Amino acid sequence: MTINWFKFASPAAFYPIAGRLIPWFGGIAAVLVLIALYWGFFETADRLGGSNPQKEYYRIIFVHVPAAWMSMWLYLVLAGWSAVGLVFNTRLSFMMAKAVAPTGAIFTFLALWTGALWGRPSWGTYWDWDPRLTSELLLFFLYIGYIALHSAIDDMRRADRAAALLAIVGLVMVPVIYLSINCPDPNQCAALHQRSDPGSIHPSILIPMLTMTLGLWSYSFAAVFARLRNIILSRESDNAWVRDVVAKEAV
Amino acid sequence: MLSVFYSVLARDILLALRRRTDVLTTLFFFIIVISLFPLGVGSEREQLQALGPGVVWVAALLASMLALERLFAADYDDGTLEQLLLTGQPLALLVLAKVLAHWLLTGLPLVLIAPLVAMQYHLEATAVWVMMAALAVGTPVLSLIGAIGAALTLGLRGGGILLSLLILPLYVPVLVYGAGAVTVSAIEIADTEPYFYLLGAFLLGALVLAPLAAAAALRISLE
Repeated sequence: MTINWFKFASPAAFYPIAGRLIPWFGGIAAVLVLIALYWGFFETADRLGGSNPQKEYYRIIFVHVPAAWMSMWLYLVLAGWSAVGLVFNTRLSFMMAKAVAPTGAIFTFLALWTGALWGRPSWGTYWDWDPRLTSELLLFFLYIGYIALHSAIDDMRRADRAAALLAIVGLVMVPVIYLSINCPDPNQCAALHQRSDPGSIHPSILIPMLTMTLGLWSYSFAAVFARLRNIILSRESDNAWVRDVVAKEAV
Repeated sequence: MLSVFYSVLARDILLALRRRTDVLTTLFFFIIVISLFPLGVGSEREQLQALGPGVVWVAALLASMLALERLFAADYDDGTLEQLLLTGQPLALLVLAKVLAHWLLTGLPLVLIAPLVAMQYHLEATAVWVMMAALAVGTPVLSLIGAIGAALTLGLRGGGILLSLLILPLYVPVLVYGAGAVTVSAIEIADTEPYFYLLGAFLLGALVLAPLAAAAALRISLE
């Protein structure tokens, strides 16, 4: 059996599928997020690790860490679709990249915001130039740059391709930026290795955190597909099938 | 191929020397930004010594970015850029020549003026040398990375402010290690060598990759 890899690369073919998938992803997201929140807030023990007791406010980790993970993952997705678009010259890939960007920016902002809320009681300050916070802030700037460049160019083809190139340049720079923020003094770079081994996290924290991550991932699918459908409709508005869809869906 | 490189380089330098104000504006922007900081934060000697390296580097970042707007703009407006695209010569090489000319006219003056502004911040003689060396290695990286942004924002309304949004986050590594080298040079036991290795690595990486990316960006913008 030969698979036609490009079958769903056509906006007309993908539009109805995205529409059918949105409720599924939205539903899964709602269920997973509720489970994770319930588990994290009510089932996970109050104080873990006797020598280093955390207080109630640590529970923001169940939103903060998954949001931060998603923000980084979505930048990879954004750059990945940009690269696919530049290589194969497929319109839908660029639309996908454009649809991912706002969701990624929102998660980056959410990670920064929850980080600040956690920092206030535990560090005594909303903002500290902690390497993780700073990297996340720069990631936020990269997202904003992508969105700004895309919306500044009127010619859609140029906007897609220019923003895609920017996303890829950003991706190349991300490790360098990350290194420079984590290790501003190359004479003593041992501190680069932050200890964050998943095995060392208590299961009753790790499991709700992972559940939340899956929930947010599912939410990203739903949000991105919904945005994608709007982008498809507005860009393909000259085509007959769009007029049919609009005529059918508008009551 | 090299003759193309030299002719673009010579042409850009000649054109810029006929309009010296452009070069001088960048230089004076650099000096003014640096002179404003002591007025804002106070002029205690120790505070200025601590702030100096960072301020000089941030000013260099801003000056280099402002100058970038003009890197392709004039050639874009009068159609020269399209002709360059059509020459059949490797576009990345032409971009490299333009960036080099641009750096010689806007980056090199910043390096040469650095001792003067270092005096305003009471920096020691060793720190001044380190700063000049760091700027000499770091500012070409800024021009190279910035060329990508300049090519992407070619001919857009509000291009300058947009350019800053795209490019400044990418300047962070150069800022961190460039300013870091100067700060560290004030401490006797600390070693500035690793900073220069890293800045040098950035320069080599940018020399190879940035012209290609900028050439691709120009093709997208002029399509």
